[in-house]
Parts: sequence; structure tokens; C-alpha cells
Amino acid sequence: MKIVILGCGRVGATLATMLDRAGHKVSIIDYSSEAFRRLDPKFGGVTLIGNGVDEEILVRAGIKDADAFAAVTNGDNRNIMASQIAREIFNVKKVVCRIYDPIRQSIYNELGLDTISPTIVGAQMMFETLTGDKPKKAQ
Amino acid sequence: MYIIIGGGGDVGYYLTKSLLGQGHEVLLLEKGNTRYQALSEELGQAVVFGDACEARTMEEVGANRADVVIAVTGEDEDNLVICQMAKKRFNVARTIARLNNPKNELIFQKLGIDITVSPTRSILSLIEAELPGTTFVTLMTLKRAGLEILEMRVPPDSPIVGKMLSTINLPRSGNIALIIRDKEYIFPNADTKILANDEVYALVSPDGEDALRSALGTTR
Repeated sequence: MKIVILGCGRVGATLATMLDRAGHKVSIIDYSSEAFRRLDPKFGGVTLIGNGVDEEILVRAGIKDADAFAAVTNGDNRNIMASQIAREIFNVKKVVCRIYDPIRQSIYNELGLDTISPTIVGAQMMFETLTGDKPKKAQ
Repeated sequence: MYIIIGGGGDVGYYLTKSLLGQGHEVLLLEKGNTRYQALSEELGQAVVFGDACEARTMEEVGANRADVVIAVTGEDEDNLVICQMAKKRFNVARTIARLNNPKNELIFQKLGIDITVSPTRSILSLIEAELPGTTFVTLMTLKRAGLEILEMRVPPDSPIVGKMLSTINLPRSGNIALIIRDKEYIFPNADTKILANDEVYALVSPDGEDALRSALGTTR
């Protein structure tokens, strides 16, 4: 699978390393070259420096024939915008977007975007660890 | 009208003042504390400390009864989210977003933002109109009508110089609305002749633009 990842923070770097090891073709974008130091030294994919909501850099990263796109910068809005560019302009089939804000996440879920909210996931896991129960869903 | 503005920079500030002066109900949202303090000294209740991207904040300020939401922060992605949430979550009829990067116009339109304003694009158009050798400039897009306003200076060697409008093969989707010649305005009819150095203003649909260019004999 050809995948473009936006954001080489801890999650981005870990994800890129995992995908690379699993044999996928990875391109990862970050606006700071320091970020790429987080990658595994054996990382065999491509790194690009730039702003991920700029179409030019996305094209250079290979988004036109990418099978998947993941937005994991630390800015919810940037992730949201980049994911929608990937989906609406470049018709990437599988698009995943990290959104910390739970309310924004549910809105964009409704709009059909695949989203992951570490806020909710993290809180849920802590809840289970602390109480031994699963948290109740809001009514 | 009830208008909510996201982003208390200079644009948001002057917009708020102007709209208040026109008698509208306006609420400005600013998420920076220092800036908010400064704004509230002058604008009082018209400004609220909060982030217009936060659904809870927008709910508190009554976004679902807003007629217009305007996003004028310094970041295109924030403006996008403000407007998308306003439309999808709060069913606001009109959303207006400021675009800093003119290349983002397409994605904003695809995602249903009603109006985008790009200061960069506007100034570029004005500069282009002044450049020697440029003959054709898009001045403005009328989104709801699906039309563009184009300005064209007719060069002396153009094939249409000396011709009457009725003899020029204009596309159906285009209309020459106005000619400025030697500082005089002419509302043309079929018998009006085009002269060299005329400034021609045309209304055309985006797909009619190329047909109009070739009819008027320009490639640029």
C-alpha cells in the first residue's frame, strides 16, 4: 500500500515505522526536519519538509496515486483540512484523521471522515484500568 | 441580522465595528486573552473570549440563530473548520471565510463554504490589470449567479478592432456589459464598434471564458 502521512510527531513517526516494516511504501511530511529524527534509522520510506495543507507538497509526496492518507499533526484543524483535501481533491480511498477534540470528532465522523480521537480512546482505556468496567455511552 | 465573526485580528475588529455601525447584531470571538482584553475595552459585549472552532462556544453564543458566520482568523484551516461547523452543526445560512492562500479556494468551495475572500487574489487581480501586455483579467466571481466579471483591454492589433459587436462571434454564455473608451462609459448594443484600446467588461460563465477569449482574439 502506498501511504502519505502528514505529521512526524511521536504518533506519525511510530506509524511510519510500523507501516514501513510491514512492507508498505511510506511518504511522510513534516514542516520541521528535526522531526524526522524520530523515525527508525532503518526507515526506508521518503521524508518531505513542508506544510501539509499545501497541495504541492502533497503531490510531491505521491498523493495522486496513494492508497491511504493519515493526518497526525498536533493541530486538529490542520488534520481536518488536509484529510478533506486528500479525500475531496485527490480521491484517496482510505483517509484517517486524528482529532483531539471529541466534539469536533463527532461532527466530522458524521460528515463521513474516519477519525481517531486519542482523547476519548485514552480516557476509555484509563477508565477500564481504574474501574475494571467499560464506560457508559452518553445518552 | 445576527452575525458571528471568528477571529479578532484587524479584519475581525474593523468588520465588527462596521457591521455594528450598520445596525446589525454582531458577536466577535477571540481566543487570545491579551487581544480579547484589548478588544473588550472598546467593543464591550460585542466580543466574547472563546474559540470559534469549539462547538460548545458557538452553541453558547447562539450560533443556530446566526444569519451569517464569518471566519477571518490568520489560518485557513481554522477558517475552514469554523465555517464547516457553522454550516453542518448549526445550519447557518451563509458562511464567509477568509483565504490566505489563494490555492485553497477549490477545497473551500468543494466543502460548501458559501463565499471565500482572498485578499491575495484580489490584489493580484488588480496588479495584473495594471501590467502592460496583460489583456484579460478576471475581476470578480459572482458565485451565486455562477458568473465571472472579466476586464479586457483591446490591443491595437486585435482582430476585432473596428468590428461591430453583432459581427463578433460571442459565446451565448457571455455578454459584453460595458466599454470604457477615453474615460467615457458606453453601454454597448449590437451596433457598437470595438476600437483599439477599449476597456471591455464582460460577464461570462466560467466555461464560457475560453470561448470569449478566442472570440475576442486574445490568448492571455
